Amino acid sequence: MIDTEGLTKKFGNLIAVDKLTLHVDAGEIFGFLGPNGAGKTTTIRMLCCLISKTSGTATIGGYEIGNKENSLKIRKLIGLVPDNVGLSEHLSAYDNLNFFGKIYDCTEAQRKDSIKRVLEMLGLWEKRHVLAGTYSKGMKQKLAIARALIHDPQILILDEPTANLDPEASKTVRDFILQLKGEKKTIFLNTHNLDEAQRICDRVGIMNTKLRAIGKPQDLEPMASGRKTVIALEQVTDDVVKALKKIALKNLTVEGNTLTFDVFDPDKENWPVVETIVQVGGHVRTVNVVGLDLEDTYLKLVRSSA
Amino acid sequence: MRFSKAWLVATRDFKVFSKQKNIWYPIIVFPVVISVLFPVVLNFSLSRNGGIPAAVLLELMNSFSLFFIIGAAFIPLSIASYSIVGEKVEKSLEPLLAAPLTDGEILLGKALSALLPTLVAMYAASVVFMFGMDQMSFATLGYYYYPNWTIGTLLLVLLPVAAVLSIMFSIIVSSKVNDVRSATSFGALVFFPFLGIYLASMTHIITLDITTLLIIAGIIFVVDVALFFVSTATFRREEILTKWK
Repeated sequence: MIDTEGLTKKFGNLIAVDKLTLHVDAGEIFGFLGPNGAGKTTTIRMLCCLISKTSGTATIGGYEIGNKENSLKIRKLIGLVPDNVGLSEHLSAYDNLNFFGKIYDCTEAQRKDSIKRVLEMLGLWEKRHVLAGTYSKGMKQKLAIARALIHDPQILILDEPTANLDPEASKTVRDFILQLKGEKKTIFLNTHNLDEAQRICDRVGIMNTKLRAIGKPQDLEPMASGRKTVIALEQVTDDVVKALKKIALKNLTVEGNTLTFDVFDPDKENWPVVETIVQVGGHVRTVNVVGLDLEDTYLKLVRSSA
Repeated sequence: MRFSKAWLVATRDFKVFSKQKNIWYPIIVFPVVISVLFPVVLNFSLSRNGGIPAAVLLELMNSFSLFFIIGAAFIPLSIASYSIVGEKVEKSLEPLLAAPLTDGEILLGKALSALLPTLVAMYAASVVFMFGMDQMSFATLGYYYYPNWTIGTLLLVLLPVAAVLSIMFSIIVSSKVNDVRSATSFGALVFFPFLGIYLASMTHIITLDITTLLIIAGIIFVVDVALFFVSTATFRREEILTKWK
């Protein structure tokens, strides 16, 4: 649904986005992670045909960005929730949505149905005639999402949708995004909330001018070495230590009744260790993997690229 | 360019303006001042010291009518400043820019939202003005001076091009400032040419006949065209999102 190949944006001598190549499938929730100034919003603006690319290519729903005719078609395919909600504060929620419905050529009946559907889904229907300017931050964010959905777009692009929201409002928005996934919408989620990305994204890309990593959250976690397995035993005996030394564990340390060693792929590497301990009469109490999760991976990749 | 889309933008702005009292002040106050106050002032002058000679009276009426041009420059200034800088401040331009509209459609919509209230207000005021002036001046002149071709040219030719000049200028100014007040203050520079015309007429450097008015309108039209190209270059998505302050 979204494809980029070497997509680059320069502002004068500053490279904002450097040779970005990625693919987002239809119906996928793709998390675009990166620190401030990483080029995330610039990428979104290029994809929405708001700013021009310097080089490379990108296609949205089969339309290549970069020419005027395709720009209008691409914008019809996309619903954008910008980082600033950008509502007309002097208009009611209903009027805000009705205006955009007209812009997207929705018929009156479609607009009425669509406004009711999205406002009910987001719990704003009862306050549809209230001025948007009087809404709370969370309500405004929801209304901005409703506006992006008014024409039932195939692709929803969200730029930091839960930034500045309280936990409850964030959860509502996250739940709503997951609900949209059920409707087979392709969702491009720009965020630096790693917990959010981990919870709702099928895949994530870590960006810092260049794309540093891309994959499923659980696949990215081991990308940076540094995780450790911690095994607590009832008692660490000499037999256990001798047996473990035979299977070349990296940086094995023993502290009391706890063993710690470096691990790259815990799913594959931990079970032979546990098996060895049991074979020599050890009693395993707990096995834990500590160290790098997606956040650590993110920080490591971002810092190494800074 | 789809006019229907531009009209949607304009009607949305009308709705927003209807809830903004500060936008209504210039739309109401200026036309009321011209259409009511000037005939009252004229009546006051005529009733003192045995009245005013007919030639002076005509000159005075012509110079008063020039205030319609100053109004045509003043009113859209505050509307256009709000409609663009106001959206910039509220950050509501980006969703509009992300919608399937061309830059020209958005710009035309914004221009219409400033132009139409101006024309309606000034034309309504001109009817009251002409009626009031005729009532006050009939005793001196012996005939109704308005309507005539001179004020017709002024209202139908010069007034719209003056309003467009103000709108184009506001759009350019709006890209450089961050609040409505600054936009209006900088935009006020657009008054100077019209003030110049007024002073030139008062000091008899120019005579406000149809030919002169058409020449002035022609010059302003050329400036309008030039400013149109500058404003369309300024009002481009990429410019707005990356270069506007």
